[in-house]
Amino acid sequence: MLVGLDLGGTHIDGAVIDDGAVLKTIKREVDPDDLFSTIWTTLSDLLMPFDTKDIDRITLSTTISTNAIVEQKIDPVGLIVACGPGITHDFSAISPTVFHISGSIDHRGIITDPIDQEQIESVSKKIVNEGLDHCAVVTKFSTRNVEMETRMADYLEGKVSHVTMGHRMSGRLNFPRRVNTTYLNEAVYSVFNNFADKSSAAMSKMRLDVPLNILKADGGMMDLPTAQEHPVETILSGPAASLSGILSLSKIREDAILLDIGGTTTDIFFLADGVPLFAPDGAVISDYRTLVRAVYSVSIGLGGDSRVKLVDDKVHIGPEREGKPYAYGGPAVTATDAMIVLGLVENTDDRHLSRAGAAVSSVGWPSDASVEQTAASILTQMARTIKETTDRLLRNINERPVYTIKELLHEKKLDPRSIHIIGGPAKALAPYLEEVYSLECHVPPFFDIGNAVGAALSNVTKELTLTANCAVGILSVPEIGLTEGITEEFSLAQAKARLFELFNEIYHIKEQDCEIVEESCYTMVRGFSSAGKNIRLKAQVKPRMIHVMKEI
Amino acid sequence: MESDKKLALVFFPAFDWAISPTHPEREERLLYTQDQLIEEGIGDIENITMLRSDIAQSKDVEKVHFCVPDVESRVTESHLIAAGSAIRCADAVMKGGFDSAFALIRPPGHHAHTVVYGDRGFCIINNEAIMIEHMRKENPDLKVAIVDTDCHHGDGTSDIYWNDSNTLFISLHQDGRTLYPGTGSVDEIGGPSGCGYTINIPLPPGTSDEGYLYVIRHAVLPILDEFKPDIVINSAGQDNHYSDPLTNMNVSAQGYAQLNHLLHPDIAVLEGGYSIEGALPYVNLGILLAMADLDFSGVKEPDYCRERLQQSRQIDEYIRMLTSRVMENWKNRKTIREQLYENKSIVTSTKRIYYDTDNITERQNRKYILCDRCGGLEIIESDSDTHHSILAVTIGRGSCERCVNKGYSLYKNASGRYTGVYLHDKVNDSYLSKKM
Repeated sequence: MLVGLDLGGTHIDGAVIDDGAVLKTIKREVDPDDLFSTIWTTLSDLLMPFDTKDIDRITLSTTISTNAIVEQKIDPVGLIVACGPGITHDFSAISPTVFHISGSIDHRGIITDPIDQEQIESVSKKIVNEGLDHCAVVTKFSTRNVEMETRMADYLEGKVSHVTMGHRMSGRLNFPRRVNTTYLNEAVYSVFNNFADKSSAAMSKMRLDVPLNILKADGGMMDLPTAQEHPVETILSGPAASLSGILSLSKIREDAILLDIGGTTTDIFFLADGVPLFAPDGAVISDYRTLVRAVYSVSIGLGGDSRVKLVDDKVHIGPEREGKPYAYGGPAVTATDAMIVLGLVENTDDRHLSRAGAAVSSVGWPSDASVEQTAASILTQMARTIKETTDRLLRNINERPVYTIKELLHEKKLDPRSIHIIGGPAKALAPYLEEVYSLECHVPPFFDIGNAVGAALSNVTKELTLTANCAVGILSVPEIGLTEGITEEFSLAQAKARLFELFNEIYHIKEQDCEIVEESCYTMVRGFSSAGKNIRLKAQVKPRMIHVMKEI
Repeated sequence: MESDKKLALVFFPAFDWAISPTHPEREERLLYTQDQLIEEGIGDIENITMLRSDIAQSKDVEKVHFCVPDVESRVTESHLIAAGSAIRCADAVMKGGFDSAFALIRPPGHHAHTVVYGDRGFCIINNEAIMIEHMRKENPDLKVAIVDTDCHHGDGTSDIYWNDSNTLFISLHQDGRTLYPGTGSVDEIGGPSGCGYTINIPLPPGTSDEGYLYVIRHAVLPILDEFKPDIVINSAGQDNHYSDPLTNMNVSAQGYAQLNHLLHPDIAVLEGGYSIEGALPYVNLGILLAMADLDFSGVKEPDYCRERLQQSRQIDEYIRMLTSRVMENWKNRKTIREQLYENKSIVTSTKRIYYDTDNITERQNRKYILCDRCGGLEIIESDSDTHHSILAVTIGRGSCERCVNKGYSLYKNASGRYTGVYLHDKVNDSYLSKKM
């Protein structure tokens, strides 16, 4: 049995799945003041009828880190950065306690200016004197050589309670994003670890001896100990859960648009040949651009409870939400009121219907329209607003720069052939979207708890990045803190073998379960003769859907 | 960090194209530049936008070149994409709302002449010229200044705009007596209609930032002030760098950044530069930041040493003299024109053009038929050891009816001794060719 829980802004959803069938679901309201008890009371209610021995694992999508960042309830962090030559980034907007140190690494991974021991000592002293308990250490090009960050962090060990090193966050280049990511990881470190400790305690109390996994922004999961070291990767797992939910509930092989329509927002995703699109550089949260691997998702202020108003004889829906729909006692007319008028909402009575009718009539548009016509116009407009957004996003996606002749000439453009929707208003809106887009619109079963199903069915995702510069003899795999020497003859085949070996050694993941996803190999030249290869590889655990839902 | 100057960046490193495996113009040339730009977070800077490359069409190439026998057999996809990327930059500035644009592209183009038999100096088609002629489709009278800061003389661009007073071409380069392609002396100042609008500033080997910036301040900027171009283009070769393996100059990344800061080009197009690990990552970053009006003071090569790059007193002195000579020529351009071309009806010249990359030699006779009423006609007779022998007629922009008719009659009545005959009528934007 697989258990999934998705802690959202207003609701927590849960699902128990066994052998491709949903056995039980649950939906509760969230107590924003006590997320921890929200999770554990929901979980114990969800698991009530089952024998805990039958549970294989529990996967949790949590807003713990996201909320801490959005609400700025995070720990102060001593941010130690070495910018080296190039852009002299400031970073004072990120943390008031920034310490710039000398020392630099170039793009090849060569230490061109070694870090100064005296400076290490004086910065450490300042950090201790200021009472900072958390440190983030980041140097430019640390993904090409981990040595400087490691030295600084080693020196700080024991002097502060925890240090995060930039190279451990991601194998990708982008120094400012690495700084943001490392900073956030440390800033939410205590918040998340407190939650993790309490969770472990709650589980032993419930006699739940099963692995607890945490959902990541890329739709994959990680075990709790990994999450405790990388809490920043738990941000924005909500949208990732929605996407995984749709994927596990539908069989999609083509380019598609995925929508999660909620009360206040609609989240938009895209699939290319059935595979989700990822954010090009990483997740963005509260103005922090990060390197956290995340599904590409765009949230717009448009949902069932969005306010409907007439501006210059045109109907606008959202982005503001004033409260509940008018039919349920809210202050203003909403898209949900239009759905009630059209009989698209279950469990409504005559009182709801008459209030919704009054609200929709008050819009008075188009002139001389019946209340049903106005309601239909509102929903058509809502579908149009979504289409305008996806059209704009698709234009941008298809305009993104490419760097080879092959890609420029032959790469296919993203061209969605179907739409898949989950969320409360999904069913009501589907026919309108179908008409506006002229595409088939699918609403999968369990469309209102897709997120929990997505969490339950997620799999481990892991990436390793290898850069080998044979001309200077440096190989690095930053995610695991490795920088080692190589000879000029080091080959692409050797590099691949080394990467698979590391997957096995560090994560106990076999070669057949991994795949190379990015590969380039250039001949480096000194004078006019070759001087070894420049190899770049990225490998990941093969994505797989081990549990596909039976109903489909 | 941000400014309100909107910069478009078209980055096309052509990671799948090389002249040959160990040739300087090979796949990894912009790899380390890409590393540096990504690591610096260029993509997240608000006022810099990365645009996708585009591919130029044969008709874009035909507005500049006579490719022999035709565009399709001479030009590869990578060249068309480089030119298309430059066009993308032009559109970004002319109608895309950007203040400036940088085409960080390869292969380069500034050695490509009007006639194209193959690859010379790693170039087949002239990216800047194709871009300029694209802009002139909608703005026929556009006044353009090209400042070529590649270390090699921009002989191709010079050849293309030799007779055009509406296109000012200034080339700063290492003296041709010491470097490929050998041309570009101070005395090469343009053809009868463009006399004085080709300006060559051949610098001595060992010139450093100081000397380079001196020329910008005391020659290039004053000339631009007077010429008042609508658009300034920088042919941004990066091989004046002290670490470049093919040249002998001492310019640094800071020097390049300051040069761009002073020049404020509307569009910069990458040309040469083959110190791909030690120079390009820093020079490109410096140019990019200067163009985007951002702080570039921290851009520095790890091995930069000011003392070692200091230029000698002799070089100081030589550059001062050279600059005043250039300014003399510029000030007296009308008088020089009268002396050289007054009362002439035909001006002819011959040259031999060597295609080093493809090992082809071309012999060319060029004839300018002058006209009292317009810019007249340009007639090229050329043959090469690829067994082609061509006649190419260009009817200049603004030519009178008589010249237009004469051009067509030359094309129509060309003798059978040519393998191909070409006509480029800029008045009616028409390109004709026939194989004989």
